[in-house]
Amino acid sequence: MSIRSEPLIGVGRPARPVASLRAWLDSESVFSWLMMAPPILFLAGFVGYPLCYGIFLSLQDRPVAQPGVFAGLKNFAIDFNDPVFWRVVANTFVYTGVATMLKMVCGLGLALAMNQQFRMKNFVRAVLLLPFIVPTVLSTVAWMWILDPAFSVLNWFLIALGMPKPGPSWLGNPVLAMASIIFINTWRGLPFYGITLLAGLQTVPPELYEAATIDGASGWQRFRYVTLPLLQPIILIVTLFSVIFTFADFQLVYVLTHGGPQNATQLFATYAFDIGMGAGQLGLGASVALTMLPALALLIVALTIYTRRQ
Amino acid sequence: MVTGYGPVERLLRLWLPLVFFLVLALFPFYWMAITSLKPNAELYNTRMMPLLVSHPTLKHYVDLLTQTSFLTWTWNTMLVAVVSTAISLVFGVMLAYPLARMRFAGASLIAMTVAAIYLVPQPLLFIPLADVINRLGLGNTLTAVILTYPTMLVPFSAWLLLGYFKTVPKELEEAARIDGASRLQTMRRIFLPLCTPGFISAGIFAFTLSQNEFLYALIFLTKSSVRTVPVGVIAELIRGDVFYWGQLMAGALLGSIPVAIIYSFFVEHYVAGLTSGSVKG
Repeated sequence: MSIRSEPLIGVGRPARPVASLRAWLDSESVFSWLMMAPPILFLAGFVGYPLCYGIFLSLQDRPVAQPGVFAGLKNFAIDFNDPVFWRVVANTFVYTGVATMLKMVCGLGLALAMNQQFRMKNFVRAVLLLPFIVPTVLSTVAWMWILDPAFSVLNWFLIALGMPKPGPSWLGNPVLAMASIIFINTWRGLPFYGITLLAGLQTVPPELYEAATIDGASGWQRFRYVTLPLLQPIILIVTLFSVIFTFADFQLVYVLTHGGPQNATQLFATYAFDIGMGAGQLGLGASVALTMLPALALLIVALTIYTRRQ
Repeated sequence: MVTGYGPVERLLRLWLPLVFFLVLALFPFYWMAITSLKPNAELYNTRMMPLLVSHPTLKHYVDLLTQTSFLTWTWNTMLVAVVSTAISLVFGVMLAYPLARMRFAGASLIAMTVAAIYLVPQPLLFIPLADVINRLGLGNTLTAVILTYPTMLVPFSAWLLLGYFKTVPKELEEAARIDGASRLQTMRRIFLPLCTPGFISAGIFAFTLSQNEFLYALIFLTKSSVRTVPVGVIAELIRGDVFYWGQLMAGALLGSIPVAIIYSFFVEHYVAGLTSGSVKG
């Protein structure tokens, strides 16, 4: 980082050194860079450096607590020849895609339901946000108990409704396990969509709906041709934002299924964790995590540019 | 908004979806509470109606507080959350104030970099960071997480504060400058006191994010005495294949309560922060 020198106030006349130092510190760029230096150095040290070091690690054969040996692209070659890796790729795309769609559709439904006049609206909104603010690990443990193989309360309901005992094995069956993590991710992320979209709905001027109604638009047409176009920027930002964090999700899957059964719910983050931390292969684990980078970088750049243009 | 629905239509359009979403949102918390009050005889009896408890007991809470290190984990979680939130607010102001008020070359590059860093998810960083923390000799210390949580909290606070700072009028600062105050004095004495709502929004967000963090805590904290609640609950209340469901649910509920209480006090600020990013752009 460089400190740009700017023409100093009072440099022309023979000012006292203290006064000119004060003037120098008061210039906009000197003040700004001095102020920003500590956080920038911190972020460079704890985000920038690890990111670069991760790339370096991914090119090494590096068992934990041993010196690394440069291995070129060997780790990536191992990944691409590993059937589990491709399972992870497919899982992550299914998980992210389906969960995002569900959160979007249900979130829009929640926002539309909330965008009506009723009593205790702020209280209801506060309660609906609870799944989003409570620590994910703790709510996931509750879901784990709800889906327990022997004492599932959900299965108790299903059996009471006539399903044969013992009911579905939610976390033991590969397809149901994937459906379960998608459902719980949706449960947790839905309020974020709902409340953000609600804030967007509240910025739509009522005159537009009145004008559309006078022109003979039906309820669906008002939604399709007035609400949706005006919400589009918010929908885009919320979706991009949530895709990034769903794509790289870790804690929900780690707690609920640990990637099982038979890697059916293994995602990039949990697989990188198993290899890097579980098996102690830091280089190989870093390479798995880094394979997320191209897709993530694309999303991050898109979102950053889009919000800057707004 | 179009009004004038009949009662039946209002039931279908408003109350039915609302009740559905409320039950969905709250059922897991009800289930935590009811499970934590059940004696084991009821907990593992599949013939009993599971939604109610007939002989409530506080045994699981007593066991949790006396036989595990839950109180230590709670203290650790609070300490880490408060310190990393404080660091994030201070660093956030140091980034956001110049970006909101000063003109200098590189400002937009810094602003975009900060936004991009916020979006870098932890799974991309945890393996190299684990090595960095080990080399610094910080394994199994709370310092390890106090240093790493702000990597996500600082960019986030800076971004949220930047948006807030831009809504504060400049006139007072300009007047102070004309009266001869330095830039630092203007910022500290005139500007920052005007920004309390912004600090509350950013602070409560940073606090809930720290309470929620799991991956770094899982990797860096492997001794019971330094664990946070999420890691302690997962690592120590699930022993092998044995699940202590009563204690687990008691722990999950108690661990959620601090966040829920703080959130309930500042819910309007929380919602303002949540929606500012996307609504204001």
